[in-house]
Amino acid sequence: MSSPLLEVRDLIVHFYTREGVVKALDGVMLSVGRGEIVSLVGETGSGKTVTALSIMRLLDHNARIVRGEVLFEGRNLLQLSEEEMRRIRGREISMIFQEPKSALNPVLTVGFQLREALEAHGEEGEAALEKVLSMLRRVGLPDPERLVNRYPHELSGGMAQRVMIAMALLMRPKLLIADEPTSALDVTVQAQILELIQSLVREMNTSVLFITHDLGVAAEISDRIAVMYAGVVVEQGNVYDVFEEPLHPYTRGLLAAIPRPGRELMAIEGEVPSLLNPPSGCRFHPRCPAVMEVCKRVKPRLVEVEPGRLVACHLYGGE
Amino acid sequence: MGDRMEGARRTSIRGSLLMARLVLSSPTGFAGAVIVAGLLILSLIGPVLAPYDPYKQDMSERLMPPSWEHPFGTDQLGRDILSRVLYGCRISLSIALLVVAISATIGLLLGLVSGYFGGLVDEALMRVTDLFFAFPRLILAMAVAAALGPSIINTMLAIATVSWPVYARLVRACVLQVRNETYIEAARAIGAGHVRILFRHVLPMVVHVVLVQATLDLGSIILLAAGLSFIGLGAPPPTPEWGLMVSEGRLYIRSQWWVSTFPGLAIMISALGFNMLGDALRDAFDVRLGR
Repeated sequence: MSSPLLEVRDLIVHFYTREGVVKALDGVMLSVGRGEIVSLVGETGSGKTVTALSIMRLLDHNARIVRGEVLFEGRNLLQLSEEEMRRIRGREISMIFQEPKSALNPVLTVGFQLREALEAHGEEGEAALEKVLSMLRRVGLPDPERLVNRYPHELSGGMAQRVMIAMALLMRPKLLIADEPTSALDVTVQAQILELIQSLVREMNTSVLFITHDLGVAAEISDRIAVMYAGVVVEQGNVYDVFEEPLHPYTRGLLAAIPRPGRELMAIEGEVPSLLNPPSGCRFHPRCPAVMEVCKRVKPRLVEVEPGRLVACHLYGGE
Repeated sequence: MGDRMEGARRTSIRGSLLMARLVLSSPTGFAGAVIVAGLLILSLIGPVLAPYDPYKQDMSERLMPPSWEHPFGTDQLGRDILSRVLYGCRISLSIALLVVAISATIGLLLGLVSGYFGGLVDEALMRVTDLFFAFPRLILAMAVAAALGPSIINTMLAIATVSWPVYARLVRACVLQVRNETYIEAARAIGAGHVRILFRHVLPMVVHVVLVQATLDLGSIILLAAGLSFIGLGAPPPTPEWGLMVSEGRLYIRSQWWVSTFPGLAIMISALGFNMLGDALRDAFDVRLGR
């Protein structure tokens, strides 16, 4: 693999809240290659969305990026001006969201909002409209000429997500960040949307960072997978390898927690730690079945144990 | 593209028609709309309807009670009160509309910026509005009007100065809600800039609040302008301004009640009309926005 399209290095993000400083990301390492679909999986609150928003530089006012780099085609996005970043959003990197219906402005027509994605980058007029219509056709929406005059509340969740996908891919971005795009949809619609994303990005050679808490979905769609726990990427690797032979104790626990018929359901002991006051050393150590003395003191680094196979755990040598 | 745009326009016309039907279907909304429409018509054609010149004095006809010749009677200088009330309609309404236009625009812009960007700008601006809210509106307007001197323009400036903070506050509160909506995040994610987001995505969501407040405000501004004129800080004599007319008639209130009463009624009815319309408008927006 040559230099990846996106590389997140040692990203630390803190939120300043009334209760104190929430240490949301603690040295996230992540890479997405060209044309590759990478899933970022983890429980709610593990920092998946914060990672995505950091890449887009769309974090709220109370968030601070303490350290780290977000390299996109070799450029550190964190050092760009707001205007340079604006030009990247939507054109080079775009994003789709969990609740497609709330991601559309209720008082503006679908067509208006789609055209806006082009106007924001200087494409206007009849050509822009044609582009919108043809994109709507490509995402499988019938009768786009009528659809553009509709308001979001007239669409179903699945249609709205198709519109969002059309909007995100209008400028043919190099990277699509999909934040739980199917979690709010019915299972049947979910499968269609996944298939659509998969086929469109293959066609356009767009890379995808696919955020999900659903391991089944991750297995379905991705080439590689990165597992997050409490603000840290604990394991990264080819999707088959990770599912066949999980290395990190947390990944093992996660896979064992998938319900399967005829097998007892395994739960991971303990609770997700509060990030206001995260555990010392390895953030997973209070819940880890294989905890060692060193885990309480030293934070394990993400090391490559095999080519393309990374894990952050003291069980696997490293330091 | 033409007929496609036409389609979008039709939808928004349909929305406006729906609003109008909702407002008119409530009794108060209907009454308010009739009064406001009446006031608007009178302010346009009042001078044509007025039987006399509102400035023409006739000392032989002074303080005449209402009669067929002078339906509202005459004042202490023998001027026809009906004519003066009719002319006054245009004055009061233009003061109110202009002041609302100015203060709502200022308040809207400041509220948008304050709520959307937050931080220091927001903090500073909100403390300024606090300052304004610390005083009763009339007292503050009196101070400004007294400093500027009595004239209709100064009355408007004084009222506008004290009226914008309400709009800024309202709009800011509304923007704070809208700002965290996913569609704002989504708009930023497609590369929309702040100006585009503010005017295309945030503004349409707050404009109804301003509209309702403005309608309600029209009534209180008419009152405020009349109040300033009443105490001699507004329109100077011999302007046929309602507040001034009430003030001029107060010496005769026991014996010649009509001098103050008719302009007073005009003030009351117009304030009432705008309030009823504003209330109905708010209810209609609540229905339409599903609240």
